Amino acid sequence: MIAFYVLAPIMVLAALGILFVRKAVHAALLLAVVMISLAVLYAALDAPFLFAVQIIVYTGAILMLFLFVLMLVGVDASDSVVETIRGQRLFAVLGGLVLGVTLVLGVGQISLGTVIGLKKANEPGNIEALANILFSRYVFAFEVTSALLITAAMGAMVLAHRERLTPKPTQAQLAAERVRSYAETGHHLGPLPAPGVFARHNAVGTPALLPDGSVAESSLSRVLSARGTPRPAPRDVEAVQRSIDYAPDGRPTSSGSDTPTEGGQ
Amino acid sequence: MDSVTPFIVLSSILFTIGAVGVLTRRNAIVVFMCVELMLNASNLALVAFAKQHGDLDGQIAAFFVMVVAAAEVVVGLAIIMTIFRTRRSASVDDASLLKY
Repeated sequence: MIAFYVLAPIMVLAALGILFVRKAVHAALLLAVVMISLAVLYAALDAPFLFAVQIIVYTGAILMLFLFVLMLVGVDASDSVVETIRGQRLFAVLGGLVLGVTLVLGVGQISLGTVIGLKKANEPGNIEALANILFSRYVFAFEVTSALLITAAMGAMVLAHRERLTPKPTQAQLAAERVRSYAETGHHLGPLPAPGVFARHNAVGTPALLPDGSVAESSLSRVLSARGTPRPAPRDVEAVQRSIDYAPDGRPTSSGSDTPTEGGQ
Repeated sequence: MDSVTPFIVLSSILFTIGAVGVLTRRNAIVVFMCVELMLNASNLALVAFAKQHGDLDGQIAAFFVMVVAAAEVVVGLAIIMTIFRTRRSASVDDASLLKY
């Protein structure tokens, strides 16, 4: 029961967080908190098999699938807060409150009688007892489940499959296309400039500088630009040397040495 | 032995939060997560009642719910992916072609 009173507030807070966070990735992580806590509650309720299944299937497989899809759909897929139906949010919250209060009061008022407990049912071991029921009384449902799983796998394959409508362009065609776009629009023929001239942090976020000192926008990944995390380019060489604490003679510039070194040049 | 009522109360609270999330959130993936939350809440109630009645049928039911949820997630996320591919959006409001 201690596990319950420790985990219940965490679970409710995490579940409420799913309602309020803007980014879908954060919602997925909060859902992971709820699911792992649920697994611990299953263990407290004498269901060790479901404890393992909850962690392996739910937290391991289903949630990872969510995260994969989030990565495919894109990082900037945050929720809009515009209401398309007026007052929808208000009525949803009101309806939810009515549902919640009714459920909690109803469940709280009835008396469930004495708890019989699973001591006797779990006598041969939880997994053995579950297998006994699963492969006798529920064997038909179990077999139907396999049909369901195969159907789901086939359905996902068909839905996610994309037919190629045009033949794949060959390398020669791509090269000809590139040269034609250079002739028509003056689009640069060569590779894009590489980002990150300074290897002191995640340098793919730092734009390259053109010879005149201006920033080369095409050196940054579009994803980083969409996320809004590119780092500002340093103004000049001296600024770089100051920020990495470097002097040409190899001594740090900002240490308390009595002979001040000249940074730059 | 202590009662299982607190578990049932927690389960109804989680179910309510999931239901409100389905109604209010716009991102289809988050809506889906809230559906999962509701399924998990019902699972908790099933397991708690299994302990209440001293019977493993509730745990079997929770197990089947998990299996069906796994199948449902696979198909649902594939549908969301397909919609995203054609409409470049995962918002449930943008998939309104049948309305017109």
